[in-house]
Amino acid sequence: MKSHRYIPMTPQNEAEMLEVVGASSIEDLFTDIPASLRYQGTMPMSEMLDEYTLTRHMSSLAGQNADTDRYTSFLGAGLYDHHLPSVINHVISRSEFYTAYTPYQPEISQGELQAIFEFQSYICELTGMAVANASMYDGATALAEAASLAASATGRKKIIALSTIHPESRGVVRSYARGLNLDVVEVPYGDGVTDIGVLTEAIDEQTAVVLVQSPNFFGGIEAIQAVADLAHAKGALLVVSTNPISLGLLESPGKLGADIVVGDAQPLGISMSLGGPTCGFFAVAQPLMRRMPGRIVGQTKDIDGKRGFVLTLQTREQHIRRDKATSNICSNQALLALCASVYLSVMGRQGMVDVADLNVQKAHYAAQTLSSIPNVKLAFQSPFFNEFVLALPEGTSVADVNTQLLAKGMIGGYDLSLSYPELSGHILFAVTEKRTKAEIDLLATELEAIL
Amino acid sequence: MTNETVVHETVTSVQGAVVTEKALIFELSQPGRIGYSLPDCDVPRVEVSQLIPQEMLRKEEPALPEVYEVDVIRHYTELSRRNFGVDNGFYPLGSCTMKYNPKVNEDVARYAGFAKIHPYQPQQSIQGALELMHTLQNDLAALTGMDAVTLQPAAGAHGEWTGLMMIRAYHEKRGEHRTKVIVPDSSHGTNPASATVAGFQTITIPSTPEGLVDLDALRAAVGSDTAALMLTNPNTLGLFEKQISEVAQIVHEAGGLLYYDGANSNAIMGITRPGDMGFDVVHLNLHKTMSTPHGGGGPGAGPVGVKSRLLPFLPEPVVEKLEDGTFTLRSGSPDSIGRVKAYYGNFGILVRAYTYIRSYGPEGLRRVSECAVLNANYMMHRLKDHYEMPYTSVCKHEFVMSGKGLKQYGIRTLDVAKRLLDFGYHPPTVYFPLNVEECIMIEPTETESKETLDAFIDTMIQIAGEAKDNPELLLNAPYGTAVRRLDETTAARKPVLNCACN
Repeated sequence: MKSHRYIPMTPQNEAEMLEVVGASSIEDLFTDIPASLRYQGTMPMSEMLDEYTLTRHMSSLAGQNADTDRYTSFLGAGLYDHHLPSVINHVISRSEFYTAYTPYQPEISQGELQAIFEFQSYICELTGMAVANASMYDGATALAEAASLAASATGRKKIIALSTIHPESRGVVRSYARGLNLDVVEVPYGDGVTDIGVLTEAIDEQTAVVLVQSPNFFGGIEAIQAVADLAHAKGALLVVSTNPISLGLLESPGKLGADIVVGDAQPLGISMSLGGPTCGFFAVAQPLMRRMPGRIVGQTKDIDGKRGFVLTLQTREQHIRRDKATSNICSNQALLALCASVYLSVMGRQGMVDVADLNVQKAHYAAQTLSSIPNVKLAFQSPFFNEFVLALPEGTSVADVNTQLLAKGMIGGYDLSLSYPELSGHILFAVTEKRTKAEIDLLATELEAIL
Repeated sequence: MTNETVVHETVTSVQGAVVTEKALIFELSQPGRIGYSLPDCDVPRVEVSQLIPQEMLRKEEPALPEVYEVDVIRHYTELSRRNFGVDNGFYPLGSCTMKYNPKVNEDVARYAGFAKIHPYQPQQSIQGALELMHTLQNDLAALTGMDAVTLQPAAGAHGEWTGLMMIRAYHEKRGEHRTKVIVPDSSHGTNPASATVAGFQTITIPSTPEGLVDLDALRAAVGSDTAALMLTNPNTLGLFEKQISEVAQIVHEAGGLLYYDGANSNAIMGITRPGDMGFDVVHLNLHKTMSTPHGGGGPGAGPVGVKSRLLPFLPEPVVEKLEDGTFTLRSGSPDSIGRVKAYYGNFGILVRAYTYIRSYGPEGLRRVSECAVLNANYMMHRLKDHYEMPYTSVCKHEFVMSGKGLKQYGIRTLDVAKRLLDFGYHPPTVYFPLNVEECIMIEPTETESKETLDAFIDTMIQIAGEAKDNPELLLNAPYGTAVRRLDETTAARKPVLNCACN
């Protein structure tokens, strides 16, 4: 192969280095691999492209996707089309951040360590919890790890997951639970939120934890305090999965009795990117601190007495405890946690209130406007944040509606029949601060025309 | 210059330097400042308490800092300057494959058609994304010699767990109750941790004096309870397991499966493939081998490849190409282990990895591995007279040394690592693998030049000399960093984990 822009090896380098090694060719360096295992020929893979042709190819693939620069989105269901302040991309494009490894050498990693410490502080402030970790893969795996922590802390095996939790998060909880030989019981919903009566019957002395999401998958705000009281009365823990942007207005789960608060930080300045990478956050009450999974940054001093930050409480982790670790996680989503920190820094005290308020206002205007369409009604009457469920006329195919909206330049809502068979003809719309009154009115007009 | 301070590259004390602590963003707050710009409320405004019951609303707004945009940029720019990445200098961190992160990868991942799309959009509106994933699945299958690949796992450890869950489902489907996972003592800590989370017990077997799997110990360990052997090849000592075919035979004859930890794949691309060695499941770390940036600890991506007998157990969904040439996401296999992550994996990382593969093609990737291996062997040979080499045979993309020869001067490997910081290098991995005393594990990667390697080697030789002649110099290192050695004991005993700045 001819030279490549990422590889500095010249023929002269190669000759000199082989001589030092005492090898006559590069082939000599692979004589430890049995001949029968050597790959012969050229692997049947995509071929090399020059940089310009490659960018053309990638533009062509990207151009086949309907992106939110060109389309007006009313789709949420766990990932949201919020405004991304310009500063975020500039900060995460600083290669001192994105080309660094995990900050194992604290003397030259104070920037990342402090950024994580500030992220932990932000998460505690929003959730009302005592301590937070450096982040998890995403909100779904954070929820599964929370269930695992609760089972280990209580010594019990039964996990109660409310059916108003994101279906994919419940799926991940089930997978993790299977691995750990835990049982998952799903409790059906009432008026778009948890039916407290049904939940009361489900919780017993074998229950390790109740998992609740608020705002839930339908957008509804759950009665967290009531769920907490029920769980605690039976000695179970309460895990709350939340949308962090809602916490500008909604009471923090920590104040309402949560033992663990998790969620996905995507609404805080992270691109949707087809669902990943995002960033899970994980916060606990003080007694559970040493049971937390993942990395944690702590403040300390150097030998000159200067404030500094280090990875700490590492005796929980896999590289020390191996099979006895609290989790197998070996990374965090540092760069995405940085997005969230920059977002929260930009928004600040007032901005988080204002953005949450805009979401509430616009979503409620949309709910009212859309439910005024003949034969369309709000499916549930419970209070909601920035998402709501519409029941479309009997027999309507949500997939067809969305296809027609796409042709009008709009990305429609989530087809709830995909994960709730009883909700055929029901659509979940999300309305963020980005949507204008004109866009909402246009959606109403087009939807009415389609129906 | 009014200040006479001269910063020399081997500074031992800096006189006259103004040493300041970096403020936390919370400490910059001034009431009334803002850093945001939001759209107007152009819908009729309703009091929030009329829409959401008062008891569900916050009594106190979150005590976030009040700063303006310049504060934010200066704060994070200053933090970035207190951080060291591959773009700052040589980063020979063994087993982490800290190669150059190409810039075109970053550009394309930010294209709106990749960054601003939603997984639940109608599938006809994300065909380009699905095509990219489908092609990447096939490319990674070809690279590893496997029959199918899932792109969902978010990281290497997540891939391990995903693979082990498939192995468990495979045995259970056959009506077999197999509970043990075997790992060598040189394995990554994630291997036994992932085994636990997948419901297995771990059996650790010792390595031979040559650093390879001990076949007798393996024969003694396998049995009707063996679910799998997890192996890295080349292993964490940088050595190729020459007897891998015998290893595979022993495990397979006992009814177990072979799991390949792909952390060290940078040594073998196009040279040999895990699928041809007898492995049944493979994960790759795209943030290592495929150049996607480590991001200060993440995000990564850990796709998993399987042989055909494990196809029914793949997590949901998988991307498929239909007869009409369009692409779709398929779920619903009755034996699938289910969901391992929300949505379809770390797509933004997959875009970068695909871009990387296309920047090289199959011949180029082979050249990557050849150069990575030559660089490692060159460094090993140049350092062997100055540090102890526990294994002297040809290495692959990395090698281990021992700092135990310096103990006579009261110097440990940690001190060598800290001294390297003063010369502007990120230290190698230290104290891993666990079966080498005072271990120093060096992985240069293919993207470093001979000049860079020589300069680092010369520095390592100089430090070995300093250890002998002036050990105090090492014991107190580093000197020129933003902070010096930190009190980790107090950090763990009396944890301060957030600033509670309200």
